[in-house]
Amino acid sequence: MNQVEKMTDMIAKFVGHTAKKLPDDVIAKLSELREKEDSPMAKVIYDTMFRNQELAVKLNRPSCQDTGVLQFWVKCGTKFPLIDDLEALLKEAVIKATFETPLRHNSVETFDEYNTGKNVGKGTPTVWWDIVPHSDKCEIYTYMAGGGCTLPGHAMVLMPGEGYEGVTKFVLDRMTTYGLNACPPLLVGVGVATSVETAALLSKKALMRPIGSHNPNERAAKMEKLLEDGINAIGIGPQGMGGKYAVMGVNIENTARHPSAIGVAVNVGCWSHRRGHIIFDKDLNYEILSHSGVTL
Amino acid sequence: MSVEIRDGKKILVTPISAEDLKDIKIGDIVYLSGSLTTCRDVAHRRVVEEGREIPVDVRNNAILHAGPIIRPIDPDNGKFEMVSVGPTTSMRMEKFEYDFVKITGVRVIVGKGGMKENTSNACKDFGCIHCVIPAGNAVVAAVCVEEIVKAEWRDLGMPETLWNCRVKEFGPLIVSIDAQGRNYFEEKKVEYNKKKDEQVAEISKQVGFIK
Repeated sequence: MNQVEKMTDMIAKFVGHTAKKLPDDVIAKLSELREKEDSPMAKVIYDTMFRNQELAVKLNRPSCQDTGVLQFWVKCGTKFPLIDDLEALLKEAVIKATFETPLRHNSVETFDEYNTGKNVGKGTPTVWWDIVPHSDKCEIYTYMAGGGCTLPGHAMVLMPGEGYEGVTKFVLDRMTTYGLNACPPLLVGVGVATSVETAALLSKKALMRPIGSHNPNERAAKMEKLLEDGINAIGIGPQGMGGKYAVMGVNIENTARHPSAIGVAVNVGCWSHRRGHIIFDKDLNYEILSHSGVTL
Repeated sequence: MSVEIRDGKKILVTPISAEDLKDIKIGDIVYLSGSLTTCRDVAHRRVVEEGREIPVDVRNNAILHAGPIIRPIDPDNGKFEMVSVGPTTSMRMEKFEYDFVKITGVRVIVGKGGMKENTSNACKDFGCIHCVIPAGNAVVAAVCVEEIVKAEWRDLGMPETLWNCRVKEFGPLIVSIDAQGRNYFEEKKVEYNKKKDEQVAEISKQVGFIK
């Protein structure tokens, strides 16, 4: 097996694993929130969730039927030996994982409107590139973007007069409309930048940050906490049916902005937040940061 | 009688009549045994907009807004295994649901999240309920499927095919719209929106970073 085949195989296995077992930080947070809910309905919901995750591992099946469109955020060193092959091998890995895991066929060609039946298509899986100079490593975040938690996604450009108060309203409005149906408790990603696409991409990258991590900017970190407590206080609870906790966290990512514009975007991850994080060295030795106890 | 109580669980058994649903209220937790067919976006469009006859009889039975993962066992002879199945966002079907219930006579709609007036009016007018199964729990749901009885409209691909299943104690199902037309999510939303406005005002006092 050559190196391209080897990496394809490892990514396929890792993606398959993430369909069946949630990352360590998500499991820990859900366990914490489960203990804090006391209504009978919330308890039934959490009991179902935890039984489901046990059964998924025991029966070796995807824990949620919507295994999403695969999205990869790669931070690839310019000296990583497989940089030229990376995008093609990620696509191949998705096809392989789709048949081996199995994953649902979630790629519908737009305009022609047919399901490719392979879970890949034009531009899917999604690959976002960050090029890292003078590095021979490749860091990859994998994400299964399910339909339910993709629907609340929203971006717009506010006038500076609307300020961070406007950002607050923008995020909270989304929670009581689309958020209810997106399988709370949610991880909420917020991008604050200059235009729709810069904010939107940051809002997705924010979902790759571990639960409980904070924005290094003190004010942004304060706003993360205010939004988290504020959304919880609305009382949306698990599955939007009422309870004390509606979010696993709020992560904000930011850049500088044009003086005339505040680009803002929100993206949410459902409770079944299937994020993976793996780092390869130049020889394809790997380290998995999201899931403990995995051998590929 | 199509309502059984077993081990403290209230189980609806198909075929279900309007009479069976009259004592069920929003917020109740029930289970379902019998005929359940996955039915989502394009299937609704075909029935309502295209006027096509639904090739699975859902009258007095249940539908599930879902797109499952299926493993073929012997597809030429219609044999499939349900690997993972969970609800999808019901709101996408809201546009079609009044007419869908009227045409098909379905009694129980299972999905995710709330629906609006088209569905609550259908529930009231034709004797039907909408329930949510806690979403993302696709293996819990799949193990309640005893058999995939038949698969129709397979040209729609795996998620959208009508997978007609025989299920046993499928649930827990939380009733979100009852046959009186009361709507759990819409009632909750009034409460949520009020609290949201309070929170926006409260947070806004503390984020005046542009000075």
